[in-house]
Amino acid sequence: MNALAALFKRGFSHGIHPDELKDQTHALPTQRMPFVERYTLPVHQHLGAPPRPVVAAGQRVQRGQLVAEPGAFVSTALHSPVTGWVRAIGPRRFPGGRYEQAIEIEADRYASQRLRVESPPDWRSLSLEDFVSLVQHSGIVGLGGASLPAHVKYSLREGVKIKTLIANGAECEPYLTNDHRIMVEQPEALLRGIEILHTLLGAEESIIGIELNKPDAIETLRAHIRSDQPIRVVPLRVKYPQGDSKMMIKSILDVEVPAGLHAADLGIIMNNVSTVAAIADYFASGMPYIDRMVTVSGPGIEYPANLVVPLGTPVREVLRFCGGVREDTREVVMGGPMMGTPVASLDEPVIKSSSGLLAFTAEHIARPTEYPCIRCGRCVEACPYFLNPARLAKLARARLYDEMKAFQVMECVECGSCTYSCPSGIPIVQMIRTAKNTLWAKKSKAE
Amino acid sequence: MNVTDPRLLVQPSPLLKQRMRTDQAMRDVLYALLPATLAGLWYFGLAALLVILSSIAGALITEWVFSPAQARSARLLDSSGLLTGLLLGLTLPPALPLWMAFIGGAVAIGLGKLVWGGLGYNLFNPSLVGRAFLGATFPIAMTTWSPGAGPADFFQVYESTLTPPFMQASYDAVTAATPLGLMKFEYQSTPLWDLVIGKTSGCIGETSGLLLILGGVYLAFRRGLDWRMPVSILASVLLFTGALYLLDPAKYPGPLFSLFSGGLLIGAIYMATDPVTSPLTPRGTWIFGVGVGLLVVLIRVFGGFPEGVMYAILLMNSATPLIDRYTQSRVFGKGIKTE
Ligand code: SF4
Ligand code: SF4
Repeated sequence: MNALAALFKRGFSHGIHPDELKDQTHALPTQRMPFVERYTLPVHQHLGAPPRPVVAAGQRVQRGQLVAEPGAFVSTALHSPVTGWVRAIGPRRFPGGRYEQAIEIEADRYASQRLRVESPPDWRSLSLEDFVSLVQHSGIVGLGGASLPAHVKYSLREGVKIKTLIANGAECEPYLTNDHRIMVEQPEALLRGIEILHTLLGAEESIIGIELNKPDAIETLRAHIRSDQPIRVVPLRVKYPQGDSKMMIKSILDVEVPAGLHAADLGIIMNNVSTVAAIADYFASGMPYIDRMVTVSGPGIEYPANLVVPLGTPVREVLRFCGGVREDTREVVMGGPMMGTPVASLDEPVIKSSSGLLAFTAEHIARPTEYPCIRCGRCVEACPYFLNPARLAKLARARLYDEMKAFQVMECVECGSCTYSCPSGIPIVQMIRTAKNTLWAKKSKAE
Repeated sequence: MNVTDPRLLVQPSPLLKQRMRTDQAMRDVLYALLPATLAGLWYFGLAALLVILSSIAGALITEWVFSPAQARSARLLDSSGLLTGLLLGLTLPPALPLWMAFIGGAVAIGLGKLVWGGLGYNLFNPSLVGRAFLGATFPIAMTTWSPGAGPADFFQVYESTLTPPFMQASYDAVTAATPLGLMKFEYQSTPLWDLVIGKTSGCIGETSGLLLILGGVYLAFRRGLDWRMPVSILASVLLFTGALYLLDPAKYPGPLFSLFSGGLLIGAIYMATDPVTSPLTPRGTWIFGVGVGLLVVLIRVFGGFPEGVMYAILLMNSATPLIDRYTQSRVFGKGIKTE
């Protein structure tokens, strides 16, 4: 009944229906990736300021030990995923192909790799400020894609009262099933995390939003919610980008978050389910954010899997653990197929935001012939933010970036629905990204 | 097992794409027009086939000659030139001299598309540009209608068909008025069923309402056309002519007659829906459609010509940029009051 009701509920408008492609992994229980020899930890893995390394080359580190401390308020801590020795600190290739400061750690293959960390204080005794600072030192970032350090959202502006806490379990990106597995395998952790946030933020209601294609997650969580808990599960239509925070708020609460404002300004806090579970883990055992759940899948992968991977593990090792990639693999993407980042070299490491590692063969990423825009309007009807992607693409091609501002290019969330739906094969969002980056660079230069 | 680096491309996301491609969409329209085309051939014989082929040849040869060498094959392969040629051919009288049809195709691509910068940049529907050019240049040939002989005399072409280039045509003794002409100048109606199956005189492809609608339904299911366009045009024509008919049934044609006569169906389903020259937004599509419907009725009923679909669509084509500007959606999250 509920599923039916959700189908007819308005939800957000526009959007697209790509193939879900989750069959390969959605029912696979999570496995642990074994430890490997070398780890590369890029220091700057999130939005905001980079953390400051607090270790030196040659130093011995324990699994879970702090290796870089927050460099500012919008910054978080970084911990060693492994017991071993710091071998080097210097520039390394980073996902996306850039070179950035990284800490290289060699694992001690005779060490037990057992986590020995201090337990954090009981969360019930904490003030919101103490909680915020503890989360900052746990190294947890928003795991839905944007990678904003998690604590930033919890330090509320003066006068803001939180009404609703939303745990985002939409996982609308095709292929990815890591959030799905967390909801099915760790419902207690997720609900414990919601309880912590709900209590400390003083929310009135908590909601878990899940797309209807994960009925087992919906059922499991419903079965685990105690009747005295103000938590409900809201099934959502399967539609991309349902997991976009403003779209999900529209779907669940029928509230349109004004451009330029954050959900928190309206008394809504949204977190990815993995983020919430990570917070619960931290307050249960003191485990900082050093392992992450990665869906390894795609047409180029021999044995798809849902893996718990220590941060810093090279992509090559993860792929090897999954039986390697097919010979004609031409692209490996970190994250989802719609918004992920291409991997330039298999030596790049898994980082905090690597929700997936997807291998695509030549056949699957063949760029079709590009035709002129025939003004068919498919991109217009796909854009969940009601932009005019065809127009933006035309302006971008002419490099009229400033004119694009008048067409609200800065509201684009780069979901890629426009490029997906264009029959002429025009790389719309790719051009929009370039335009936005240019505009950002110009702005920061002016400041 | 070792994983060696495959030759990695670093294409930015998104990597997934829906399946419909532009060239495929164009071919879909061609397939949708096939039944109506065959009906035209069945009814008007070999002459009609030659007219269509001449028009297509004019279109494709022009595209080939006036495209830069490196763009040639891509432009021919996108099938849009073929579609323009076919659509033009279908809206020509069956007895038109072939050289005129050829020129029409050439003008449709040349003036209708290439001078604007190619596919996607033209303001007016190319095949209608071609037809408007022919109508202005060869007014007699373009309004001389010949009766169809039916399949029995398939190989019998009209005397005018093979007129040598740049010569005026001489016509057979027998000509036939179109249903719209009969209506306008002689107040004589045509049985509705004849209109539906296409047993009337008129342009090659516009007579069989039933088959045109069938193709339209196919296209709508393939998402090859925006259903809002034909629906809004046809509904507004029905509405406006219905109102007039109620005023004075003796003077004005009935709504169903208006729907199935002349080029309304082919125009509403296959020409107004040309994505390039119609609005981008759904709301704009409704406005465009109602505008076409209104203009068709105005021209047919109050203008000097029996038929007005062509001019109605061309006029609304010119309004498309304006419509697009004023129907731009409100961006999500913009213009919301915050306390
Ligand atoms: S314009 Fe931006 S927000 Fe709109 S569909 Fe394209 S990527 Fe998504
Ligand atoms: S989907 Fe592509 S072809 Fe269609 S209007 Fe948008 S940019 Fe143009």
